[in-house]
Amino acid sequence: MADHGTLEQRLAQQGISRRAFLKFCTAMASLMALPPGSAAAIAAALAKAKRPSVIWLSFQECTGCTESLTRSHAPTLESLIFDMISLDYHHTLQAASGFAAEKSRTDAMQEFYGKYLLIVDGSIPTKDGGIYSTIAGRTNLDLLQEAAKGAAAIIAIGTCASFGGIPKANPNPTGAVAVSDIVKDKPIINISGCPPIPAVITGVLAQYLTFGGLPELDHLGRPKAFYGETIHDRCYRRPFYDQGKFAKTFDDAGARNGWCLFELGCKGPTTHNACATTKWNGGTSFPIESGHGCLGCSEPDFWDAGGFYQALSMPATPLTFATGAAVAGAAIGIGVSLANRAKKSAAKKAHQAATLDDLEK
Amino acid sequence: MSLENIAIKLVADDAFSVGSVTALLSEIAAQLEKLIATGETSLIDLKSLPFAPGEYEQLRQALGQGEVTAHMDAIGPSEIAETQYPGVWWLTHFNIEGDIVADMIEIAPFPNILQSQPEDVRAGLERLQSMLAPPAATND
Repeated sequence: MADHGTLEQRLAQQGISRRAFLKFCTAMASLMALPPGSAAAIAAALAKAKRPSVIWLSFQECTGCTESLTRSHAPTLESLIFDMISLDYHHTLQAASGFAAEKSRTDAMQEFYGKYLLIVDGSIPTKDGGIYSTIAGRTNLDLLQEAAKGAAAIIAIGTCASFGGIPKANPNPTGAVAVSDIVKDKPIINISGCPPIPAVITGVLAQYLTFGGLPELDHLGRPKAFYGETIHDRCYRRPFYDQGKFAKTFDDAGARNGWCLFELGCKGPTTHNACATTKWNGGTSFPIESGHGCLGCSEPDFWDAGGFYQALSMPATPLTFATGAAVAGAAIGIGVSLANRAKKSAAKKAHQAATLDDLEK
Repeated sequence: MSLENIAIKLVADDAFSVGSVTALLSEIAAQLEKLIATGETSLIDLKSLPFAPGEYEQLRQALGQGEVTAHMDAIGPSEIAETQYPGVWWLTHFNIEGDIVADMIEIAPFPNILQSQPEDVRAGLERLQSMLAPPAATND
């Protein structure tokens, strides 16, 4: 089993100077979205921090969250894995396979019972006994319940583990649920996003390792340091929203001048994430900077929250006026909803799912 | 491969600004006033600010280059330079792979990271003393 001593001891053994350690802590403060002057506090806390065992379970997911983590550059994945945590099980990244891989998981769970950090990406299918996703012949549900028992805390990475995500999208054929729907007796940190920003994954991990315990969380269990504000609050296009300057199509003069994408369906005003400041690809840019609105991927049920290109001011499932339904007053609403209901039941009879497009026709 | 190796040159449009640079310069001026009045130093984390495309380069131009530049080599390079406004330092820390891991403005007479740290001074002294000490007598 790997060395579980303190980070400072290991750095000293490698001949890394105090100044280099302070630089590392400065980078960590920036990564954790802490005040820049807190490097000294981080250094003091890290000097005592032990390197915990981490078990990473991947369930009903696309590996996008792991892909995102492996693009993390601050600190590098290598330094995170080898200096800050002891990654004892991750079936995509580990070299071992088959029985040896499963043994490393059970060994770590036994040796560090009550102390290990459990990371989960992917949702958990619960329909039909959870048979829709299994590893080594065991259901995700079973593996999660077993691993959660001995975990000190659980980090749910990605919108699938945090809120059910795309597997849970209508009609949710596998009965997919979030980690927090299954585990009720352990602290859970949700790092949502599809995928989450790499620096946010490593930042939350670093914060947990540095200061122990849970960071301050919002009402959806997400760390406030990264999810405390909306994309819209921190968007560089926000001044145009305030001035009422909106792009009307993706190639009009407004779009070329960098005006607000609200009317093109940007979900920035209702989406809590750090994209506008932390950005992606090593701080290069974020979707709005590339001219596309925010999809709202770090919010629950984002896939079913209306069209990606529909302005937030539109209801998620708008009722449009059917041709010829020109009746005055409340009768319009009734007529329209009846017309839509008829379309829905017609679709049901034809064994087709009623889509938003059907309703808008 | 680092992102820096991808040959994309960002062309900054000087005309495009949403006002972040002016706001930041005003904040720097306020911190300088505080430094003069109380001696209190401050740090601004540039990665926490929502710059519009091109504004980062505009900030660089506005702050310009001063008399002092320093290069530090500690788990990757760091570039530290005084701007044209004395007391305003621009610090960029890179990791070994060459990615920026911290980018900040420090308002101080001298950047803290450049000072020799007491722990390193003690360790250095021990190394120097052990070099000066006569070699231990051997039994053979």
